Amino acid sequence: MKKSKDKSSAELSPSERKTLRCVVGHMIPLSQEFGVPGADNPEIFADILQSIDRDRDAVGEALRVIDALAQGRLIDLPRPEQARCLLDFRNGYRTLASVIESAAARCYYRDERVMASINMEARPPFPKGYAVEQGDWSLLDPVRARGRIFRDAN
Amino acid sequence: MTSSLDVEKDTPAMKDPVDVLIIGAGASGAAVAWSLAETKMRIVCLEQGDWTKPSDFPSTGRDWEARTLEDYAISPNRRGLPSDYPVNDDASPIKIANYNGVGGGTVFYAAHFPRLHPSDFRVRSLDGVADDWPVDYHTLEPFYELNDRMMGVSSLAGDPAYPEKKAMMPPIPMGRTGEKFGRAMNQLGWHWWPSDAAILTQEYDGRAACINLGQCGSGCAQGAKGATDVTYWQEALRSRVELRTQCRVSRIETNEAGMATGVFYFDADNNEVFQPAEIVIMACNGIGTPRILLNSASERFPNGLANSSGLVGKNLMLHPYAQMRGHFDETMDGYRGAPICTWSMEFYETDPSRAFLRGYSYQFSRGIGPVRTAITGMDDGLVPWGDGHHAAFRRLFDHSAGMVSICEDLPEEINGVTLDPQRCDSNGIPAAKIDYRLSDNTRRMLDHSVARGIEILKAAGAHTITTKAPLPYAGWHLMGTARMGTDPRRSVVNEWGRSHDVKNLFIVDGSIFVTSGGVNPTSTIQALALYIADQIKSRIYELFD
Repeated sequence: MKKSKDKSSAELSPSERKTLRCVVGHMIPLSQEFGVPGADNPEIFADILQSIDRDRDAVGEALRVIDALAQGRLIDLPRPEQARCLLDFRNGYRTLASVIESAAARCYYRDERVMASINMEARPPFPKGYAVEQGDWSLLDPVRARGRIFRDAN
Repeated sequence: MTSSLDVEKDTPAMKDPVDVLIIGAGASGAAVAWSLAETKMRIVCLEQGDWTKPSDFPSTGRDWEARTLEDYAISPNRRGLPSDYPVNDDASPIKIANYNGVGGGTVFYAAHFPRLHPSDFRVRSLDGVADDWPVDYHTLEPFYELNDRMMGVSSLAGDPAYPEKKAMMPPIPMGRTGEKFGRAMNQLGWHWWPSDAAILTQEYDGRAACINLGQCGSGCAQGAKGATDVTYWQEALRSRVELRTQCRVSRIETNEAGMATGVFYFDADNNEVFQPAEIVIMACNGIGTPRILLNSASERFPNGLANSSGLVGKNLMLHPYAQMRGHFDETMDGYRGAPICTWSMEFYETDPSRAFLRGYSYQFSRGIGPVRTAITGMDDGLVPWGDGHHAAFRRLFDHSAGMVSICEDLPEEINGVTLDPQRCDSNGIPAAKIDYRLSDNTRRMLDHSVARGIEILKAAGAHTITTKAPLPYAGWHLMGTARMGTDPRRSVVNEWGRSHDVKNLFIVDGSIFVTSGGVNPTSTIQALALYIADQIKSRIYELFD
């Protein structure tokens, strides 16, 4: 069977990449306090660029909106004005903002440095799995004591 | 001028006839294939997707969360894989979710495995709405039990919300989430119980027990989840049922007698093939089945096959969900363990004091991983962009839990599936188009479930509560579009799944549901498929009368 989705294979242009890097850097900045890189960290940003295939068109549209809000190019604005522009974008274009939020979060929160900082082992769930407490089954005693609650339909 | 080569190319290849042809290898197709295998008839199943390899599932990689939003996304439109067909759900507030491959939706489902309740089969008699089913709980009970054994179901006996059910193995862990909500429900005096789950808590039938990967919704790499590729299909293949993958059915052909003669399909190399069959069984879900029936329109059946009632594609029911989540000061289960741990049937049965008829169940669910914590946190306005991002994220991560309500969706003819006049799949077959809207009854039910859910969360000590109703990306349960009944004017198939119009055509998937109930439908879909297979076997000498 042939591919059913007509994915855009075009990569972001250099200008688009610069704008996107600026956006994700504002979204999730480097933090000395928590010892984590920002989403504009070279490794993380490269991961984002490689992972936006399904969102390529929406990301491109978002970047055009952002530059329009910047009345030029976002990256040419001073940082405080960039932040104000992105606040307008986030408030006024929720659907497009959520596309970039998702694209950034999908890659940022699998970076080993980030995972270490939130006390997660940098490993896949399988094959080691996880432990989950059984819980206290005696909590069901009041439910049993109340008795049947379904309707008879005979 | 047409060359001989063109003629060869344009003429579908003809396969050897088979006794039974099943379309779709998901929850119901697998069950009916397994059940009929003992007849020694020649059985072929055509599946548009392929086998999945457990080693390919997201939980085997570091990108496990991201892939659930990419190639393992629940929306076929988002996945866009070769096995997927587009579904135009622009005109629906609830977006369609499915999986196309061996195992179907069971590859992706959470394996939360409630049965319908006895009252669900008698909604007209009890509550004066919709229609009664032509079968009842008592009739399906042995098939529910058989299906539980085949799928491997863990549970705790004695749930006062159901007639007595046997427990095969201990329930899945309650965890901190189940315990916290259990205490809250006890405080409120409301029903709750460990979920029946098609998840093994001990080794069973050659399959390993659950190790709490937490990724039931994107394929179980451990094989502990009861997906039909690891349950029914293993048995059916050993019984010499033939399963052809990457074969997409375009239409069902009929003869002058109005009987199905077989199906046309496209194979993996895009060749069109005709497969003759004595019996055709559809198991393609509540969207796939009407799509094929409507695409099978002909001079003989101008409104689509099996559609003399005009009800093919109508009465689509999707189970509107409301989601309520809260955050706790202490660490919760997070992303570990089967996502759904307990249920409540407190508001399931009709109560005249409420502003709606019928009811809903709750599923109590554990937390989410870091990616989804960030995405939903930003979407809900709880996690800002900028310097405050990291601290806000850490307040939410591993500290959330909540619930969804599954509201009974009553059948309405204006909700349905038609053929999209513009969109087609990769084989040029018209796509499905969904027109769906919430009824006033459903909206009142959703509102009620949100209000009670907030009460539960507050009783559990949650803060920073968020709600979504309806939950947009939750159109998993596809029901009602080829309903069963005894009256050919008001139903598509009879009380044992045979088309009223085409005497050798059967439907065994969620399309035949008369009403939706307020619980996940998979166990009922499979019990019905087993029941219909049993009817086919017992009526084999008078099957087409």
